[in-house]
Amino acid sequence: MTPLLSATQTAARRTLPLALCLAAAGCSGPQSALDPAGREAETVAHLFFVMTIGGAVIWLAVIALAVYAGGFKQRTLSEETGQRLILWGGAVVPTLILAALLAYALWLMPDLRPWTREAMAEGGVKGHVTAEQYWWRVRMEGPGGPVESANELIVPVGQRVDLTLTSPDVIHSFWIPALAGKIDMIPGRTNRITLRADRPGVYRGVCAEFCGESHALMAFTVRAVPPQEHAALAAAEARPAAVTSGEGLRLFLEKGCAACHAIRGTEARGGVGPDLTHVGSRPTIAAATLPNDQASRERFLRNPDAVKPGVRMPGYDMLPPAEIETLARFLGDLK
Amino acid sequence: MFIHGGRNETLWPLIGPPAVWAIHFTASYVWAAIACAKTTHEDAIYLTARIGIGVMTVLALAAIAYASYHAWRVWGFGRYEPPHADDTEEDRRRFLGYATLLLAALSAVSVIFVALPAAFIPECTW
Ligand code: HEC
Ligand SMILES: [Cu+2]
Repeated sequence: MTPLLSATQTAARRTLPLALCLAAAGCSGPQSALDPAGREAETVAHLFFVMTIGGAVIWLAVIALAVYAGGFKQRTLSEETGQRLILWGGAVVPTLILAALLAYALWLMPDLRPWTREAMAEGGVKGHVTAEQYWWRVRMEGPGGPVESANELIVPVGQRVDLTLTSPDVIHSFWIPALAGKIDMIPGRTNRITLRADRPGVYRGVCAEFCGESHALMAFTVRAVPPQEHAALAAAEARPAAVTSGEGLRLFLEKGCAACHAIRGTEARGGVGPDLTHVGSRPTIAAATLPNDQASRERFLRNPDAVKPGVRMPGYDMLPPAEIETLARFLGDLK
Repeated sequence: MFIHGGRNETLWPLIGPPAVWAIHFTASYVWAAIACAKTTHEDAIYLTARIGIGVMTVLALAAIAYASYHAWRVWGFGRYEPPHADDTEEDRRRFLGYATLLLAALSAVSVIFVALPAAFIPECTW
């Protein structure tokens, strides 16, 4: 064995366990369908394991049969036995297995996608999410009417969340792997999804249908919190902005940001881009692409297209750095 | 269309059962889609579609059973072993009967699978 080869093999032997660990680590975390944190996602994971283990058993049986036939069987089968084998092994048994799997999957449907009538009766939280290239407009129903926000969904643990979904531009898909199955958001059509988080935590939702250059940068944060905390957060979200005067707001209005963005409690009422009333309280900006800190906000304002190719917001690189800084600080103060 | 004729061999009866499957499939999907577009949850439009799909399924299975019986007869009620590959009139007929019978079995299973969602899914919205 050449030294080079054996070195490669040692390296492979060392990295294999690491690779396996990494692969297994990929099964848990904020964006995993195999680490469900809600009822619908649990059903999906259940279906996945039943199908995978069932498939593995069938595969093993077929391979064992092939090995037996190829290596150990000495006599040939009689014509009649062969035909019976084909009839049962090739047609009847697979048909029965497929019928059972189909019935099982259909029987799971009420858990996977609860029926509307029940969902309506159960109450819980309602809202409307619109997917736009490349961000999420979120409008949750509140006691004082709908409250608009973006790129973040705050849900109460243990309660049903009933969302209607649509898109004004191209087909997107709404997927929070840890909480529920995915469903497309289609222009001209309203789809619905219901989900129930059973474990508090921060999860990640993604766009699961290619929608343009920045499709992979179109995500959002889901915060599942206890119901009392949810009520407090929803009330805070419904309030007007924390800062309604000052140099930051003056720049915001003067530089034209208000043509696209709304800040409730001020003159800014644009509806093209995300509502920024409480942008400072969100954990991320630009649809979960950047952390929400001063440096990232400045970077995004200067050149959004460099952060997210194809983004529908112009760059403000021509503004003096001091003004960018003021604007970014103002946005951070919009708690 | 379903019956293999006396002396003339024709391929038409072979596509009888798959044609029933295709018609049943299209009718079920179109009926369910129209019902779900029109229903308002208070009416029985979707329920009617479910029952209608059930009735169509029974009819489709009856038509396939009828075709199967004739195919079985033409094949010779299983008295002769496949593959029916000889260059004779009998073998050609037996081959057609046998192939039709197999397609009928496939079509029957497909018709049932297509109808199953209507049996399980009680409302439209999704
Ligand atoms: C032409 C319309 C338009 C103008 C003008 C505009 N924006 Fe935007 N802005 C958008 C769009 C669209 C997005 C969503 C980008 C994405 O994530 O895909 C956005 C995103 C943002 C975000 C991130 C919001 C979030 O929740 O992730 C901030 C902050 C922001 N804009 C600030 C500004 C400021 C400050 C100005 C003025 C200097 C400005 N915008 C001008 C359209 C605009
Ligand atoms: Cu998208």
